[in-house]
Amino acid sequence: MHGLMNRAIECFVRDAYGDDRWADVARIAQLGFDGFEAMLRYETSLTWRVLDAITDVLGKPRNDVLEDIGTYLVSHPKTEALRRLLRFGGVDFVDFLHSLDDLPERARLAVDDLDLPRLELRDLSSNSFSLTVHADFAGFGHVMVGVLRAMADDYGALVMLDHSGDAGPIEVISIVLVETAYAEGRSFHLGAGAG
Amino acid sequence: MRALDVIPVLDALCPMHMVLSGTGHVTHAGATLCKLRPMQDLQNARFLELFEVQRPRGLTTMEDLRRVAGTRMHLQFRDTPKTGFKGILVPWQDGAVVNLSFGISILDAVRDYALTNADFAATDMTVEMLYLVEAKSAAMEASRKLNQRLQAARVAAEEQAYTDTLTGLKNRRALDHVLNRLGESGAPFALMHLDLDFFKSVNDTLGHAAGDRVLQKVARYLVDETREQDTVARVGGDEFVIVLPGLTDPARIESIARRIIDRLEKPIPFQGKMCRISCSIGTTRSDLYRRPDMARMMGDADVALYVSKRQGRARHTIYEPSPADTPPDPRPALQAAQK
Repeated sequence: MHGLMNRAIECFVRDAYGDDRWADVARIAQLGFDGFEAMLRYETSLTWRVLDAITDVLGKPRNDVLEDIGTYLVSHPKTEALRRLLRFGGVDFVDFLHSLDDLPERARLAVDDLDLPRLELRDLSSNSFSLTVHADFAGFGHVMVGVLRAMADDYGALVMLDHSGDAGPIEVISIVLVETAYAEGRSFHLGAGAG
Repeated sequence: MRALDVIPVLDALCPMHMVLSGTGHVTHAGATLCKLRPMQDLQNARFLELFEVQRPRGLTTMEDLRRVAGTRMHLQFRDTPKTGFKGILVPWQDGAVVNLSFGISILDAVRDYALTNADFAATDMTVEMLYLVEAKSAAMEASRKLNQRLQAARVAAEEQAYTDTLTGLKNRRALDHVLNRLGESGAPFALMHLDLDFFKSVNDTLGHAAGDRVLQKVARYLVDETREQDTVARVGGDEFVIVLPGLTDPARIESIARRIIDRLEKPIPFQGKMCRISCSIGTTRSDLYRRPDMARMMGDADVALYVSKRQGRARHTIYEPSPADTPPDPRPALQAAQK
């Protein structure tokens, strides 16, 4: 598993629950080091151990933890760079949804060894969609639910999201767009992050 | 086709185009260009008064412009912000159509004019490029942080290292460690302090590469001339310390020192030149002390080394305690045996 993903999980625990809780997680997962390096690769089994430890330490079901991680990635001030990169995908939420098919390619443009799960958006009607997540890493769909929820908020759209439940390596999220311009949303200027 | 028919097409495909009249005045401009300068400033102004064409050079009339049709132009606004553009001109009716793009000035332009996705043509790669700039900056930042941490770890590791990187010998840190261990064990040993003679002149006349080569050769000889259990350390530029456990017999110490001096006096070839050095040695022995104190033994070996230097180099001296010093403990062997 890429260090960026492991590092994201670590930062989520540190920023949302504090360094002490992360120290507990690292100890229970028997990491043998303080924290992940974003630009290195790690054994996938290590990531599972960390997620199990987080589930223990926080006393939350794993799927909820995964969704919280997704939300954190978009909405926390420390992850502003990632929110901006996602916002480049589209001018409104529907446009953004249509950019998800390209997300793994976009990620690879930035970090060439970062493998994100293949995403496939289907338009069921003008306001309902389904997103299929082809993940080696079961549970990635829950992370995407968190990401989508936070991105909808970011665009000011009102959506209903539903994860179809864990069904092997393919997870399906159904997305119903209730209102495109429900709230103000957060601003996005193309040039704000450059240079 | 009349001019009016083509304008909606240009507006949709090229939001940064301008239509020029036969006199070189702007008669129409695309939406994004109008965002950069208000239409009233553009309308009916002369193109060459709005823009300075930097390449091709020397264009001053509409005829000049029409002559460079189809070649890439580099131009910029004459007033501030002096945004730079790439452009191309196509003759149209008795005037021309010019299309512009930001080129490399895009990062400044999006900030200066608060451009959004809607300001670029749907097929324009600019937004992808902006995405890439940000994504790469973020990735670079992560890599830079990793490199900084690795560098810090490397410095820390070097500080903790026991090896002299140039010669592969032990360093002073390692020597301290060995001496402390010997001191605690109470086992007898000899401590040899060795300083190269004429090394500075090798460095000065043949350069540092030659100097480094000499140090590496010396290191090899010192290891060759000592035993497996001895410790050879480089403790300064051309200073070495050898610890010889179990050895206190002056005659044997003298013979080892002599062998080392003889070996080091053989010239060392470097790039067709011969490096000639020698060395002076001072030695002290643990059985000269009631309780061997490492700092004091190093100091005494140094005194003996100084005597060798003063006697004309290429010498070896064994430290002799002056009568004022504490007399040697008469029972060192017994003490060691009791341990």
